[in-house]
Amino acid sequence: MTEKTTEVRQSFLAALEGVQNMDELEKIRVEYTGKKGYVTELMKEMKSLSNEEKKAFGQAVNVLKNEINELITAKREELRQKEIELENSRMPEFDISVPADLKRGSYHPITLVQRQCEEIFRSMGFAVEDYSEVVTDYECFEALNIPKDHPARDMQDTYYLDNGQLLKSHTSAAQNAIYKKYKDTLVNEGKPIKAIFPGRCFRNEATDACHENTFFQMEGVMVDRDISISNLIFFMKTMLSEVFQKDIKVRLRPGFFPFVEPGFELDISCLICGGEGCPSCKHSGWLELCPCGMIHPEVLKAGGIDPEEYTGFAFGLGLTRLAMMKYGVKDIRDLNSGSLKTLSQFTDDK
Amino acid sequence: MLLSMNWISDYVDFTGLDKLELINKFSLSTAEVENEIFFKGSDINGIVCAEIKSVEDHPESRKLHLLKVDIGEDELVDVVCGAPNVRVGMKTAFAKLGAQIGDITIAPRKLAGYTSNGMCCSEKELGISDSNDGIMDLTDDIPLGTDLKTVYDIEDIIFEVDNKSLTNRPDLWGHYGIAREFAAIAGRELKPLDTADLSVYDDLEKVDVKIEDPLCQRYSSIKFEGISRHVSPVNMRIRLYYCGMRALNFLADITNYIMLEMGQPMHAFDARKLENIRIKRFDKPFTFKTLDGVERNIDENTLMICNGDTPVGIAGIMGGLDSEIVEDTSTLTLESATFDAVSIRKSTVRLAHRTDASMRYEKSLDPEMTTVAVARFVKLLKDADSQAKVVSALTDEYAFKYDKINLSFNKAFVNKYTGIDISNDTIVKTLTALGFGVELENDEFSVTVPSWRATKDVTIKADIIEEITRIYGYDNFDINTAKAPIYPVRPAVEKTDENRIKDILVKRYSMHELHSYVWAYYDEYKALGIEIEPNVELVNATNPNIKTIRRSIVPTQLCQVKYNTAYAPEFAVFEIGKVVNGYNEAGLCDEHKKLAITLYSKVADMETLYFRLRDILAVITDDIKHRPLTFEKAEATHSYQHPKNLNSIYCDGKLLGEMGIVNATVSKKIDKKANIVYAEIDVEAFASISNASIKYEAPSKFPEIEIDLSFVSNTFAPISKAISDANCALIKKVEVVDTYADENGKSITIRLLFSHPERTLTKEEVLDVVNGIAAALESQDIKLKNGVAL
Repeated sequence: MTEKTTEVRQSFLAALEGVQNMDELEKIRVEYTGKKGYVTELMKEMKSLSNEEKKAFGQAVNVLKNEINELITAKREELRQKEIELENSRMPEFDISVPADLKRGSYHPITLVQRQCEEIFRSMGFAVEDYSEVVTDYECFEALNIPKDHPARDMQDTYYLDNGQLLKSHTSAAQNAIYKKYKDTLVNEGKPIKAIFPGRCFRNEATDACHENTFFQMEGVMVDRDISISNLIFFMKTMLSEVFQKDIKVRLRPGFFPFVEPGFELDISCLICGGEGCPSCKHSGWLELCPCGMIHPEVLKAGGIDPEEYTGFAFGLGLTRLAMMKYGVKDIRDLNSGSLKTLSQFTDDK
Repeated sequence: MLLSMNWISDYVDFTGLDKLELINKFSLSTAEVENEIFFKGSDINGIVCAEIKSVEDHPESRKLHLLKVDIGEDELVDVVCGAPNVRVGMKTAFAKLGAQIGDITIAPRKLAGYTSNGMCCSEKELGISDSNDGIMDLTDDIPLGTDLKTVYDIEDIIFEVDNKSLTNRPDLWGHYGIAREFAAIAGRELKPLDTADLSVYDDLEKVDVKIEDPLCQRYSSIKFEGISRHVSPVNMRIRLYYCGMRALNFLADITNYIMLEMGQPMHAFDARKLENIRIKRFDKPFTFKTLDGVERNIDENTLMICNGDTPVGIAGIMGGLDSEIVEDTSTLTLESATFDAVSIRKSTVRLAHRTDASMRYEKSLDPEMTTVAVARFVKLLKDADSQAKVVSALTDEYAFKYDKINLSFNKAFVNKYTGIDISNDTIVKTLTALGFGVELENDEFSVTVPSWRATKDVTIKADIIEEITRIYGYDNFDINTAKAPIYPVRPAVEKTDENRIKDILVKRYSMHELHSYVWAYYDEYKALGIEIEPNVELVNATNPNIKTIRRSIVPTQLCQVKYNTAYAPEFAVFEIGKVVNGYNEAGLCDEHKKLAITLYSKVADMETLYFRLRDILAVITDDIKHRPLTFEKAEATHSYQHPKNLNSIYCDGKLLGEMGIVNATVSKKIDKKANIVYAEIDVEAFASISNASIKYEAPSKFPEIEIDLSFVSNTFAPISKAISDANCALIKKVEVVDTYADENGKSITIRLLFSHPERTLTKEEVLDVVNGIAAALESQDIKLKNGVAL
């Protein structure tokens, strides 16, 4: 009877050889080991055999059955492997070189520059304050030692409103409120006043590439018992070196502003040429950047601070100008244009 | 203002010092010097005094003449000259062979067949005036062959100071004041002004002067006769020209010269036109012709100089045409006065006419200067015109005197203010050099402010600090950080919220931040059919298009959306900015900070876009405040609002703002095919919402139960309310999984998730809750459509 098992084995091996996929494999599995399969049929033939023959034949069929099962499992694994390989090979190569779709939003460049400045000052212990755009004559002028007849109060420079208020023409308009807000902690707790206040300012003038009626400034003040000119120069130099992320040389010249005494114009070494002289600094090596000075005693007094006890410095930084310098914006009007073509280019910049 | 280094050198000896270095120091210590410095006459060389010995007409040219010229050498020089004013015996400026005029080097040159061995020069060619009428006519007694640069101040360094940096320094509007600064900076002495002694005329009759108005502070005058000179000395003309002023006639030139030298404006009247000088204002407006020939409207606030009742000049601004110096003027009444600075400035603005004089008066000139200027005038006049005769005593009406200012401070004050140690010696030296009277006793300073700094400029101790430090030099400061104690700084909630909102909108929703103006642009609103709502107005806008302040950012943002429709088929913009909502009870502007968002799309349908916006707003509040939003239907009240789907937005019971769809009349004007939705949130209200803390709950280890329920209802709101009214701690999540509408109405399928932290839930307790919710809704006629699947 062993020829029969050999015969079945031979035909199975031949059939297995021809199997191409899982379906065919399943078909021959059923054909050989299924209920009516050849192997099962062989088993049925056992009935007609002697006991001795039964034993030998039975063992032979079992060996065959196990072998077939193993071969089918192996074949199945082989086919599965082939299928995965096939699937992997079907994956196309993508063109990674096509431009990325960033779907990015944008910040207004003033927001970017303002955040950078705020960050620097916060790291030096300055509070960031906010202030209204509509202010009183007192806040914008009177409290800043700008007398009634000062040219700065001429109608042509300031936007006046029909109730006598005005659109603030400089961030200094917030100084008085800041002093009043912090004077008690200064006097009672000995906490120095250290604050910056960025804000939007307005000037009643015709606009062109260099002039806007709406622009941003950032004011800063520091008041304590012994704040000196030496401190002022230190803070300005440190702050500006951080803003421009390089060691900036500063130079002070006398400048007249009614709310500071002494008042200064602060120049920085030209960012382009480093002080050698180039067209962008008109060959002087210096750029005029921000007015500053020691807070005028009358201004401190108006804020409820005794100028005999306390001194302080104040400075004003043109955020709009800074943004233009930083990003190379040539026309100031671009900033308020609302043009997405222009403004969508300003992504986060920390 | 243009300044001549020669002129300054009249009063300070700079021997051995680098003038350019001094100018740079001046810029750092006193006032800003413009970058460009002019080296006048540096390219003019070899120009000598020559006499024309003979003049012959050129045979072939009508214009040219053939000259023989004596330049003080053995032989006469043959010259061909085209000037119309050549005459025998005339002395002129002559460029010898080899001389240099600008880029040109003089060489023998053939002109219409004759060789010219040099060139007779006009003043313009020498760069010392605009005059190009003919060659220079030298009337001074100069030996022939003398290099003119040794006689005249042709060579000079001219620099310009920015007028704006002099606004607070009335003393710097003339060379003498500038020289005082240079003297202090260089550590050299300031020489006194060369003036005439006027006391010799004390016995003469005075000029009839009366100040009839407090706006005139001081009026000094003197009278002259027998003036014979009409053309000013060459050096005077050169200086005037280099400093940007045209030479006119001798008398006018001296007044201008003294103005440029001392900063004191003067006026020379033809004495024939002026007998009784009265300074006053008039009750009624009238017109007046100034010496530039312009008819000007004078009102009752403008101070006038009068001859009796007849106006002859606008005080401090410009003289009248009728009394000006003319060709034959030989008698002169001189005005040297000071007036109220504010009054002059205001008159200047009203007349829209700013002059060199008014520019100076606006700065509050020192009244002490008027008589010194008269004495200087007498000196200059008599030096140049020996015939001229003073015929009156110095007349001086002095109505207003500034108070003397004395300031006391000590060394400790200087140390505290400067943060460095400047020696007493340096302080005394510096202040003395600047004209201050200084007394020092045991570190205590007592300082008298000189009259020229005491009109408004130096009034307090801090002003003295500036005087000391600017001359000391800010470049010489040791710089130090402050000794102030350090405290933590807590950022304001509003500021932090603003930054976080911006980050969410830009980073998560790819929005673009824009800035718009605080006023309404009438033309842009009009183009979109947006009504300008009455609000606070600008009273003095130069642009009539921007009179009204905006009440909302939405309209200005819609104008910007219109401007960008070509940018992309879909975009979103936002702004955090200010608006004004009329006035508050105190009559002050009611200003608010708003966040405005607009979504624009030609791709998404309206519902998608609307919910996109709603979800953005919900994310902002969820992310920053950990709180949900609620909405309430609102009525449209503005032209840009769509009547439907307008909702007020609430969070934690506070009204935050509104969201809605742009009214079709407006949106069609922006783009016919686009859907546009907007929201506006009050930033202050948003910031005032407290931040709900994060409540952590460990996930339950026991099985959760999900139940789907379908209700027939038009909106989710009542279902949501019934669920929250059930107030059941077991409900962990509520979702809307489906909505659909059929003939029976709209139904909403919700999914409730139940769980208990410590045990397995029973079917009964969950059904109790569900039945409760269903019953509550049933009572509002909202039916449970299909069942509970546990």
